[in-house]
Amino acid sequence: MEIGKDLVAASATPLVLAILNEGESYGYAIIKRVGELSGGELQWTDGMLYPLLHRLERNDCVEAAWRKSETGRKRKYYRLTDEGMKQLARQQQQWDVVDSALRGIWLDAANAAPQPA
Amino acid sequence: MDSKRTLDERIGEWRSYLRRRQALRDVDVEELEDHLRTQVETLGEAGLDEDEAFLVAVKRMGDLDSLSREFALEYSERLWKQLVVSPEGGESSPVAANEAVVAVGLAVAAAIAIKMPELFGVHFRLDSTPDSQEDILFYVKNFSLFVLPFLAAYFGWKRGLERIHWAWQALPFLAGAVVINALPFEPEGYTQMLAAIHLPIALWLAAGFAYTGGRWRSHEHRMNCVRFTGEWFIYYSLLALGGGVFMGFTLFIFDAIGLNPGAFVEGWILPCGMVGAVLIGAWLVEAKQSVIENMAPVLTLVFTPLFTALLLVFVATMAWTGNPVKVQREVLIGFDLLLVVVLGLLLYTISARDPNSPRGFFDVLQFLLVACALLVDVLALWAIAARITEFGFSPNRTAALGLNLVLLVNLSWSAVLYGRFLVKQLPFAPLERWQTAYAPVYLVWVWVVVVVFPMVFGFQ
Repeated sequence: MEIGKDLVAASATPLVLAILNEGESYGYAIIKRVGELSGGELQWTDGMLYPLLHRLERNDCVEAAWRKSETGRKRKYYRLTDEGMKQLARQQQQWDVVDSALRGIWLDAANAAPQPA
Repeated sequence: MDSKRTLDERIGEWRSYLRRRQALRDVDVEELEDHLRTQVETLGEAGLDEDEAFLVAVKRMGDLDSLSREFALEYSERLWKQLVVSPEGGESSPVAANEAVVAVGLAVAAAIAIKMPELFGVHFRLDSTPDSQEDILFYVKNFSLFVLPFLAAYFGWKRGLERIHWAWQALPFLAGAVVINALPFEPEGYTQMLAAIHLPIALWLAAGFAYTGGRWRSHEHRMNCVRFTGEWFIYYSLLALGGGVFMGFTLFIFDAIGLNPGAFVEGWILPCGMVGAVLIGAWLVEAKQSVIENMAPVLTLVFTPLFTALLLVFVATMAWTGNPVKVQREVLIGFDLLLVVVLGLLLYTISARDPNSPRGFFDVLQFLLVACALLVDVLALWAIAARITEFGFSPNRTAALGLNLVLLVNLSWSAVLYGRFLVKQLPFAPLERWQTAYAPVYLVWVWVVVVVFPMVFGFQ
């Protein structure tokens, strides 16, 4: 299914924050998790994740550390900070508002829709 | 084993392709590379072979332009290529730090050197009272000897000049020192002024020997020397401007509390600044070499059309009005300067032009510039030649005439080569090589003015 660019962009930040809330992670694993969560529908361009992560790092929402991965390569791991938690809570509130508004109207529309003959 | 190496090679290519994007730093590239490798491994486990896995992984990474645009949005300050003198990451390379120390050290040494004559009662000053005339004359004659040896030393150290080359390098400086000071010049004479004007050029070319690391015969190294000169001149001008503002402020704020630091500014800040900036400018040009585009070719890009238009209009005006060229000494010098400017524009365009790029409008413009300058110059010489036998050969006139002829020969043959390049008879390379091959002519001419002229004209 084709998901609108703006929707993908808007949902990126809350998804990344929520995934990091589950625990420390790195770029590739985050993208894999997004794929799992969306049942394969959300296909992010791999490269686009990193500017987002750097922006979050710049705003102190996440903390980064270079560590040795299991393959022996250097890898950058990201961890949620307190500020990140607050930001996540804020995002959740905003999405709740939007979600209930949409759900409300779609439910009404579904109820009011004429039944196929 | 074999295909693993190919994968590393491919990733290496991809990495260098990424690095060329200014918005991505090395650490970003490392992060993306790790992602790429993990992706390749995962795809490999899913059954793809390495080539396929690499292609898919790169495709999934996303289009490189959008990627660097995203990074650029994040890090907009990176788009202004900052000359960070200590490389970022906090770890400054020892070589760069070394260079800075040596450059600053030599700048200080040159500043001390220029003030040494004070010990012998010769002061650096700008006023023109009768007893300062001697001091001013001394400094005008010897200024380049106080600073250019240090510049040559900096490059000699940097390029690792061999001992025998150091000896050769010292020779022109010693010769220059002897000639300008020991020869019995007539005070107020023209030959002395001419020698004083041409000596710095001679010594600059001599310092070029150190710049090329002794490889002065190589065409590429001579071209690099040309590029260096252009950039250095721009940096020096900017430093001089800043220095002027600095001195202005010094005078102003001390004046505000009723003190006059004029003597200090004139006697210390000005000379030390003038020589120090030479070294610092040279260091900056070398430091920024791979970071910033050369500025001189950009300036020629702007000014070539302007000068071409000017000369075309001038030629048309000359033809229309039929006004003869005024036969005065200044006129000849003026046309010399015109040829120098045109040569400069030509040279710096050549220094930056990719020899493989196709012939374009700018090339035609350049050719017109040279052709018009030649036409104008020949007409001027024609007018003057008739009168020169009347007035005789004075040192000034001969020097101006000689310079004119030297430049004329260069520009004429350049015009021929450029013309043949434009009609596709020749590639661009011969034009480049002509410029650097002609360089020794300038060297010889300059030394002739410094050494031979005084003797021929009886030190007048």
